[in-house]
Amino acid sequence: MMTPVWVPLAYLVAAVLFILSLKGLSSPKTARLGTLSGAVGALLATAVLFFSGIKLNNLTIIIVAVIVGSVIGLIAARQVKMTAMPQLVALFNGAGGGAAALVAVVEYLEYGSGAELLFLIATVFTVLIGGVSFSGSIVTYLKLQELMTTRPVVLPAGRIITILVAVLTVASAVALIVSPSTLLLVALLVLSLIFGALFVLPVGGADVPIVISLLNAFTGLSVAASGYVLSNVLLIVAGTLVGASGTLLTSLMAKAMGRPLTSTLFGAFSGTTQGGGGTGEERPVRAAGPGDVAIMLGYANKVILVPGYGLAVAQAQSTLRELADLLTARGIEVDYAIHPVAGRMPGHMNVLLAEASVPYEQLKEMEEINPDFSATDVVLVVGANDVVNPAARSDTTAPIYGMPILDVDNAQQVVFLKRSMRPGFAGIENELLYDPKTTLLFGDAKDSLTKVVTSLKGM
Amino acid sequence: MDGVALLTIFVLSIFVGFEVVSKVSTILHTPLMSGANAIHGIVLIGGITVTGASTSLVQTIIGVIAILLGAINLVGGFVVTDRMLGMFKSKKTAKGEEVL
Repeated sequence: MMTPVWVPLAYLVAAVLFILSLKGLSSPKTARLGTLSGAVGALLATAVLFFSGIKLNNLTIIIVAVIVGSVIGLIAARQVKMTAMPQLVALFNGAGGGAAALVAVVEYLEYGSGAELLFLIATVFTVLIGGVSFSGSIVTYLKLQELMTTRPVVLPAGRIITILVAVLTVASAVALIVSPSTLLLVALLVLSLIFGALFVLPVGGADVPIVISLLNAFTGLSVAASGYVLSNVLLIVAGTLVGASGTLLTSLMAKAMGRPLTSTLFGAFSGTTQGGGGTGEERPVRAAGPGDVAIMLGYANKVILVPGYGLAVAQAQSTLRELADLLTARGIEVDYAIHPVAGRMPGHMNVLLAEASVPYEQLKEMEEINPDFSATDVVLVVGANDVVNPAARSDTTAPIYGMPILDVDNAQQVVFLKRSMRPGFAGIENELLYDPKTTLLFGDAKDSLTKVVTSLKGM
Repeated sequence: MDGVALLTIFVLSIFVGFEVVSKVSTILHTPLMSGANAIHGIVLIGGITVTGASTSLVQTIIGVIAILLGAINLVGGFVVTDRMLGMFKSKKTAKGEEVL
């Protein structure tokens, strides 16, 4: 039957709401309104579909599946700790990519043989990109959740395997377009999944956020292609919007982190990704007790706090804030230095510190605070490592080489609160830990901070 | 709709997509990515469409999985984005309290 005219009109409204959503999310003032606008658009589009007069054979199962999926998404999003949020976004992204690929598979099973060329191309594209996004996102999740190593995984002959899989994937894609068969479709899906995993495996710690953003754009394109398969305008618009904005966002992120996008993208092919140092040799470091650290901080004129992921894991944001308040009360100038990728994603640390009600004006961005370090008495690094590692400036072989860092080594003294000598997420040794002006206080960030605060109160 | 019309929409959407996020601040990179991530969850309607038109059990099973994944992406994506932004809002309140 003909689709009533108000259906495409409702889709148009939804598409506009999606555009306003992205627009809103680009500015702090309108960000929440942007989210709401997107959600309303999605709700409208989904509701309209049920009354649009399309064939709905399995209505009960469909409604149950929608509800079950929504509840799973809702619970996951509500329960997740803010520290684990990046990997949840990766999982959601994988779900979207998987859904797009499966939609194309079902549609192919219905109309595949004897379909026109454009339909076949769009189907192949959806399955390929959706599959890559799905498995790539799962591997990203495993890395961020530390269920597997966070270091770049370089398989023996990984480069050859990757190229081989890439060639086979493209070959099966072309073959499927030329002579459609279900067997080829399954082969394409499996190869895409393998390729997605191979694509992400060699990516090192610092590049993972960029990869999430990139896979997000991939899923967008895959959804757009599935819209082509289904002749659904809204899917084309929504998917393309995400694909385009995601691509731009990926390059903005890469720029903010000083990472050449090409090395992230083609790491799997070039085989040049470094495994990182980690020689493991025993070298002398200067360890101190909480009392010593309290004295160093308490008699400084200017202190800069560098919060990292370790702070967030230990849930020590409020304790750090207490310390900052105590120091401020003693007339000491205190600032927080926020690296663009402190935490696990751009802006992640801002979210975490905002959660602990740290005053916004004390949060200083990297470019703003870097000149201040040379005039700083003590820098307190809490659970951060890679973002203050001078290897990013000097060691051309380091996986983080070229990433802009906080110049804490310019300060008079540096104090690291660390759990152990274990290297950071990127898995590389930090020379600064062995510098004579560096003091280490080992232990859980929250424990250590609490002890420092107690000592400081007694001074 | 014919292929060329769909292609037109596709190309124009690329430009809109680039344009809307061109002035985003670093702080909002993560929420923006998460919001965009939620929007592609609209593939849910694709899942519903193919499952509704399904003529075999295999299609229905695959379609239902697609619906589940799409709904997770869509609902979870928007909720987690809102939670992230809620953190920023609580910051403003905290600032307000300090002024008082």
